[in-house]
Amino acid sequence: MQPSRSALVQMYKQMLTIRRFEEKVAEFLVKGIIYGTGHLYIGEEAVAVGACRAIKPDDYITSTHRGHGHCIAKGADLNRMMSELLGKATGYCKGKGGSMHIADVEAGNLGANGVVGGGIPIACGAGITIKMKGLKRVVLCFFGDGAVNQGVFHESLNLASVWNLPVIFICENNQYAMSTATRIAFNIEDLSLRAASYGMPGVKVDGNDVLRVYEEISKAVAHARDGKGPSFVVCQTYRWKGHSRSDAEKYRTRQEVAKWKKNCPLKRFGGYLLDKGILSEEEMGQIEGEVISSIKQAVDFAQDSPFPSLETLEEDVYAS
Amino acid sequence: MPVNIVKLTYREALRRALREEMQRDENVYMMGEDIGVYGGAFGVSLGLMEEFGKEKIKDTPLSESVIVGAALGSALTGMRPVAEIMFMDFITIGMDQLINQAAKIHYMYGGKARVPMVLRTAGGSGTGAAAQHSQSLEALLCHIPGLKVVMPSTPYDALGLLKSSIRDDNPVVFIEHKLLYSQKGEMPQSEYLVSLGEAKVKRQGTDATIVAFSIMVPKALAAADKLSKEGISIEVIDPRTLVPLDSQRIVNSVKKTHRLLIVHEACGRGGFGAEILAQVEESEAFDYLDAPIRRLTGRNIPIPYSPGLERRTVPQEDDIIQAVSKLVVSE
Ligand SMILES: Cc1ncc(C[n+]2csc(CCOP(=O)(O)OP(=O)(O)O)c2C)c(N)n1
Repeated sequence: MQPSRSALVQMYKQMLTIRRFEEKVAEFLVKGIIYGTGHLYIGEEAVAVGACRAIKPDDYITSTHRGHGHCIAKGADLNRMMSELLGKATGYCKGKGGSMHIADVEAGNLGANGVVGGGIPIACGAGITIKMKGLKRVVLCFFGDGAVNQGVFHESLNLASVWNLPVIFICENNQYAMSTATRIAFNIEDLSLRAASYGMPGVKVDGNDVLRVYEEISKAVAHARDGKGPSFVVCQTYRWKGHSRSDAEKYRTRQEVAKWKKNCPLKRFGGYLLDKGILSEEEMGQIEGEVISSIKQAVDFAQDSPFPSLETLEEDVYAS
Repeated sequence: MPVNIVKLTYREALRRALREEMQRDENVYMMGEDIGVYGGAFGVSLGLMEEFGKEKIKDTPLSESVIVGAALGSALTGMRPVAEIMFMDFITIGMDQLINQAAKIHYMYGGKARVPMVLRTAGGSGTGAAAQHSQSLEALLCHIPGLKVVMPSTPYDALGLLKSSIRDDNPVVFIEHKLLYSQKGEMPQSEYLVSLGEAKVKRQGTDATIVAFSIMVPKALAAADKLSKEGISIEVIDPRTLVPLDSQRIVNSVKKTHRLLIVHEACGRGGFGAEILAQVEESEAFDYLDAPIRRLTGRNIPIPYSPGLERRTVPQEDDIIQAVSKLVVSE
């Protein structure tokens, strides 16, 4: 089940793109170039990239407030993403959504979500469509550990199970929901145990190992495509940056952050590719250059784009 | 500043109210997401966990429905919870417990049980947080018999009203505004309360009355200052609590000024401004009106992200000036 060489290189490039994109977003948040809030995916890149590599372009994903990584892994256009973050008319949502609402429904990205847990039942709904229309698709439903304590999580996993929906529920357990450590919010250490109570397969994986994520999600996808229903996959990872724009991070220690930074998903995968001779240092440098230039291009595009005109203010409230 | 007067931000005033009430009554406690070491998303409870401990300042899992319902359950059995819902948008997740349960229990149980709980939450736009983190949903709540709805516009009122809300024997939804947290204001050093159901005349005037609440109060006052330079004298009234509503004070003002503009941030359609308008129309003030009552409200759209769009979605000072200018010339 190992991806091809070119797929591995693509995965590396995507992870790096997410990292560099988010670094740019962090800079823009500090400088006030991005007006609203933003939740950075740095440190969690292996989850989105490993999972999205396991699906096809016409499969669906639902995403979260921390959604830039999912978006990029699903193949989004960086120009339109950056424009949305800058509130520009050329953005994915014409500047009306911002970071927490980037969506590209035609491309199978059913949207980021400002409401924690908000995407989980939506994934079930997409699963219903797939079944009723006889499509051979699946849904990857991303959410954080915080969402696992929302009532709608339970309702959704149960529904998906009893209706045998082709949904893969992916918990990105980055150890915290804002300041709330999982040890405070849960009395179980392994969140995947919850799957048993809905009668679906549940597994916990190292979410900083992109190939492990790919492997587990691939199994769950095959299971769903075979008509065997949903799975719950918990990816253990870590949020490197503060929760959002302002966060004093009093709830965790520097040592803890440093420990997780040593377990960098990007470095780990890069090291693996070098070891196996799949990429050379030189090729990596070249990829880095391509990534930086694609982000620069996105920034230029966004900065050159106009803000939405006031005439658009009342457009799109209802579909006509 | 006299010695017995202190200056606090809205955020600090709320914190002082919480502290005073927790010191006064051992049944008062707080629960909500990230209210402990984080101090709440807007910093209101910063330091309170260190002061009162984790038993009194309960960090909850990310579960709005149980936050509301558990507050109700403990209120029903003798506690006085102050629950926090981080953003007003997320009260929708606890809506069954709030609307079908908390609001109705006292009546449904024949007056034999009470639910002395406060649900604090932050509403409003202006921070670039877009459609799911910026709503003003007070009209949904005002519609429900059994709930009280409080929307303070100053640090003074925030403190006095929160204390009264905590002492009230009903479910009170206490709606703070994100853009007000850092506003400063004066208040007595000694303890005081502000009663629910008492509007405040923020500024006396003779040519027209503006009724505004929450963030629209400072905007209306700023507009009134500018208008006074043009010789237009505006009375500004802040109802402070929407339920109960002190309609008499509004009626009295309209009888004096003969003109009324109602300003709020929430969407106009089905908004609370329509209720105020109807109550004035149905009152003895009707005969005194020299012009139709006007509303200036947020547009009937979700809050957009892009800053220019967001700003144009809700009334700004200039819009208030324009609306008043039109109102005072119309017959
Ligand atoms: C229903 C709801 N409650 C609260 C919030 C505020 N909030 C945004 S993200 C967040 C923490 C989410 O934690 P988790 O689901 O673990 O995702 P992470 O941020 O760690 O990626 C909170 C409390 C929200 N957006 N939606």
